[in-house]
Order: sequence, then C-alpha cells, then structure tokens
Amino acid sequence: MAREITYRDALREALREEMERDERVFLMGEDIGHYGGSYAVTRGFLEEFGPKRVRDTPIAELGIVGAGIGAAIGGLRPVVEIMTINFSLLAMDQIVNHLAKLHYMFNGQFTAPVVIRTAAGFGQLGATHSQTFEGWYAHVPGLRVVMPAVPKDAKGFLKSAIRGNDPVIFIEHSLIYRNRGEVPDDEDFLLPLEGAEVRREGTDVTIVSWSRGYYLALGAAEELAREGIDCEVIDLRVLRPLDIDTVVRSVQKTNRLVVVEEGWRTLAMGAEIAAAVQERAFDYLDAPIARVGSLEVPMPYARNLERLVVPNKDRVVAAVRQVLY
Amino acid sequence: MTSTVGGRSPGLALPKSELLEMYRQMVLIRRFEEAAAEQYALGKIAGFLHLYIGEEAVAVGAIRAMDPRDHLVTHYRDHGYALALGLDPGRCMAELFGKSTGLVGGRGGSMHFADASKNFWGGYAIVSGHLPIAVGLGLASQYQNERRVAVAIFGDGATNAGPFHESMNLAALWKLPVLFLCENNLYGMGTAVEYASAVREMAKKACAYDMPAERVDGQDVLAVYDATKVALEHCRAGNGPFFIEALTYRFRGHSMADPEMYRSKEEVEEYRRQRDPITLFRTRLTQEGIAKAAEFDEIDQEVEEVITAAVRFAEESPEPDPATVMEHVYAEPVRVS
Ligand SMILES: Cc1ncc(C[n+]2csc(CCOP(=O)(O)OP(=O)(O)O)c2C)c(N)n1
Ligand SMILES: [Mg+2]
Repeated sequence: MAREITYRDALREALREEMERDERVFLMGEDIGHYGGSYAVTRGFLEEFGPKRVRDTPIAELGIVGAGIGAAIGGLRPVVEIMTINFSLLAMDQIVNHLAKLHYMFNGQFTAPVVIRTAAGFGQLGATHSQTFEGWYAHVPGLRVVMPAVPKDAKGFLKSAIRGNDPVIFIEHSLIYRNRGEVPDDEDFLLPLEGAEVRREGTDVTIVSWSRGYYLALGAAEELAREGIDCEVIDLRVLRPLDIDTVVRSVQKTNRLVVVEEGWRTLAMGAEIAAAVQERAFDYLDAPIARVGSLEVPMPYARNLERLVVPNKDRVVAAVRQVLY
Repeated sequence: MTSTVGGRSPGLALPKSELLEMYRQMVLIRRFEEAAAEQYALGKIAGFLHLYIGEEAVAVGAIRAMDPRDHLVTHYRDHGYALALGLDPGRCMAELFGKSTGLVGGRGGSMHFADASKNFWGGYAIVSGHLPIAVGLGLASQYQNERRVAVAIFGDGATNAGPFHESMNLAALWKLPVLFLCENNLYGMGTAVEYASAVREMAKKACAYDMPAERVDGQDVLAVYDATKVALEHCRAGNGPFFIEALTYRFRGHSMADPEMYRSKEEVEEYRRQRDPITLFRTRLTQEGIAKAAEFDEIDQEVEEVITAAVRFAEESPEPDPATVMEHVYAEPVRVS
C-alpha cells in the first residue's frame, strides 16, 4: 500500500515514526519547537514529544552539531536541524574536523551517528541565504550526503539515516517541500543510503541531477520529448558515496551527458561527475559533457537578476541541444 | 568563585597506596614524555608531539577523582590523561611510533589518543573543538539519567574561541553534568594569556554563564583532586556544569618544534625549581610522614623499567597493515563506486 503525500509530510512521518520507535531519537535545532520549525517540518512535535526530545537551541550551529556528536557517542540518536545550509558553515569545523573523522581517527572504536537535516533553496533571499553546498560536504570522506528529490526517498533515507551508524548530512530544499509523491505505508520502510536512480528511461542524452534539479531535468526531458529527443533522467539522490556506475551505464547507452546542479559549477558535483565519467566511459562519449549551474556571482536580490543566476528548464534544454550536435 | 588556599587537603586522607599511586602516575607521565622526546629526536616519532611535562598534577589529580563511568574528552596534549586513566604505556608509545599496536592502531598519533572502554572519547586537535562534544556527552548522561559527568580538559587558549562560549552556554542553559577543566599554563603556543584574553583569570569566564567556578593550584595534585571531587559531586547531583581553572605551567616547549622565544629561560627555571608538581608532592608526603625516600626511589626505578619496556614494545611492534588503510571510514558497508 502507498499513499501520495508531500515531501514535508514524508519527513514528518519519518521523524515521528523513528521517535516513536526509539526513545534515544531526539531532535534539536533552532526554532524547531515553539516556533514549529523554519519550514514547519517539526510543527506540533514539541507538543507531541515534549521538550526533552524536541529541543529548541540557542543560535549556535557549531555548538549544537558538536553536542549532537557527543550525544551520539553517549548512546543517543540525535537529529540536528540546521535552519538552512548557509548556516551550516558555522558548524563546518564540527562536521568536517570532528564528525567525519572520529570513526577512522580513533580506529573504529566508536561511531557518532548524527543526522544533520538542513535545507538548501533560494527565492529572493539575497547572497547569504540562497546557497547550496552539497559538494563541500560530499568532498569529505566519512560523511554520507543525501539530497532526496521525491517524498519516498525523503522518508526512506531519513529513517535509514536515523537507524544507521554513520553520520549523515541530509539536505532538503525549500522549494520542494510541497511536492507530492507516493510513499509506502510500511513503518519499517527503509532505503539504503546509496545509489542513483534512473527515473526516466531514454536513448539520446543522459541528464543527471538531484534534489530540485531533478525536476528541472524532468521538465526539460518532457519538453524535448515533444520534438522526438529522448532523454534519460537520473536522480543521483546520494552525493557521497557517489554511484557513478549508474551514470556510466547510462552514458554507455546514450553517449551524451548533461549534469544539472543549482550551485556554482566550479569545483562542484558536476565537475566531479564529468571527471569520473570520462575516466570510465571516455570512448563512449560523443560530445563534451555539459554542466548547467548558477552564474558565478553571489546571489542578487532583484527578481530579474536572481532568475538570470539560477539554472532553469530552458537552460537545461539548451544544454541538451548543445550536446546533440 | 572560591579558591583552595591553605587548610588541610581531604586528599591527604586517602590510603597511602592511593597517594603513592598518584605519585607513580606523575612520574610515569614525566618519564613517558621524556622518553617520547628522546625517541622523537631519534626520528622514531614524527609530526606534532606536545609534552605534558610540568602539568602532570592536573591529569593525575582530576582523573583520580573521576568515576570510571564518567566521560572524558581532552585536547591534543593528551598522553598524560591516557596514562592517568591507566592505559598501557606500551600501547601509548606504540601510537606515537605509528604502530598497529597503538591505542588507535596508528591512525591517530600523539594528538588523538582514545580508549572507548575507559570512556575516554579522545584527544582532539582543533583548539576548543571538543568542548561541544563534552556538552553532548553530558546531554546523553542527563537524557538517560545516568549520573555520569562529562569532563572536558582544555587550555587557556581555548577559552577565547567561539566553541568554548557556545559550549559553556549550552551546558549551563540545560544544566548538564559537564566539568570544564581549564589548564591555565599561561601560554597558548607562544602567546601569553595577557596577549590573548581580556581577562587573566579564566574562571571569571564562567560568571557570564552563572556557572560555579574554582581556581586551583594545578601543581598540587591533591588540590586538583579535592577540587575535582567537589566539582564532580556538584555535577552528578544535577546542579549543572562546573568550571575549574588549574594554574599550571608547561616546562617544555609547546611542541617539539618550539624555539621558545616568547618566554625567558629564567622564568622556566624558576617554575622547574619551585613548582615542579612531582617534587612538591614528594616533599609533602615526606613531610607528612606518609612515605620515605626509599619508597619513592623504588617507584622511580619501577617506572624506569616500565618505560624501557614501553619503548621496546613500540619499537618491536609491526606497522599497520597497508590492507587496512580504507577501514573504518564508515561504520556501515559501502557498496557503490
Ligand atoms: C582552531 C585551532 N587554531 C590553531 C591551532 C594551532 N594550535 C595548536 S595548540 C595551540 C595553542 C593552544 O593553547 P592552549 O589552549 O592554552 O593549550 P596548551 O597548548 O597551552 O596546553 C594552537 C594555537 C589549532 N590546533 N586549532
Ligand atoms: Mg595554554
């Protein structure tokens, strides 16, 4: 059995089910309790679970991520919410120098299974509130980085992240919380935190993206289908560990690749994917790999300028045409 | 803010065997560090090596006061804590040698000792970065009603960093059982406290968070022991965190690469002569009639043998198996590539 629910509700169900299942699971973050969560993911949770398990914190990203690490070492299952991924930079030291390292550096003696939920996104929010940094985290061995696009993945990944023993950076997107999709009813519905998924099969071009970018890719594929161009769309879903096999298999079939991401292209996921694909499938490529991303500027506020900066469906369509010469 | 000056230390009432064990641990740390310096000079130890010589009383006094169930996280100058916890000197030395028998299999080195079986969750090398982790351990204890205290040891330098303040606030806000133990050795690397901190007394920083604090003579192992006992009781009883500032001094350079341009030889000599925690304790126990010279000498000799054996063990241990280099990046299997 499955139901159609929103991405936000998928997250809410995952959190609620895991909190009901396991006393050790608790939430902490800024404004997740009395305020109800910046994106309303935890609305009502304080009333339902009480202040011990739904903890409003000071504005101290580094402190609360670090407290999450200690709590996890001490036997709990913290889910730390960082309001937006922009603010996660203040916790970068805890995430990169501590969370990602402990298991290896201390020779596997213990783990720190912390889940960090945070949101990317934009919408005339200006330069400091419109960024996305998944590539920064995906750079670091020891972290698992997921960026689900659809409600089913949002739920299955979050539940697995909470139950698993590795640290997980779980990146949501402010513009897809209301997207709907089918989610299985099973309370033990878990998804492995690995593996890309081919969501639309095609023969002419492979488009790879994740999170909101997946919807741009899908939109472009549908538009191009009307002219007889058959795109294969891959939702990467997990940025570390990277499932390059699935991308390579697709490129071996289509011989052309477009990567769509929301952030800057320089040294980003698209660059990594392009490099990995040419290593593995150089002889299969019939065109240079195209990368669609943001213009390389801090995000401007004005509506028309912001629209110029972020990738949109038209730019994905144009990139597909570019590789189809 | 109080201070323990004068009066008879309750620590003196400890059984003689325990007092002598504290002496032995301090000597063990001293000799371990000296041996490490020698091995470093011989090229057997590489990278950063921060010695604890001069500060032994803090680790020994504080850790003796802890319950075995209490949590410990420390900064990178961490050999002394490991030895005071009773960890095997051979495995400690092997870690410095980068050997597979090391405390963490040669993956950590000098700055990253750990032993989960002792609730020693590691030495951390980003100044003040481990303090939030201590807060989390305190939170886990409170959450699970465990009455365990999370002890965090750090330097004066760490108190000027953001993570320190975020941690102090969180611990006080949530009344967590966390003991913040600051080793004020007057310098953060080559920067004297007066060039780095708006206040000279680190304990004053606790006032901002309404946290009880105490300054203690960190060269007096019993004073540290006594203060830590009281602090731990406070935390364990559910009264929230506690702050101890232990006044101490590092007799050697910050690390092996330190030319010590920032302080005078006279200053160091003065501390070595007047404020050596081992000499002070030995004199005290002698004056109190608790032990005689021969007993101390016997301990010194015994430690000598332990250290020789530790170095031999490190030397003879195998390097880590290259086939293990990718192990423990993740706890769960990774299948994709
Ligand atoms: C965040 C950070 N900045 C700088 C350093 C380099 N560093 C290592 S130890 C140290 C001094 C720390 O002094 P203190 O906290 O007083 O400890 P002590 O070495 O005196 O025991 C510095 C600056 C570091 N490891 N981490
Ligand atoms: Mg210092």
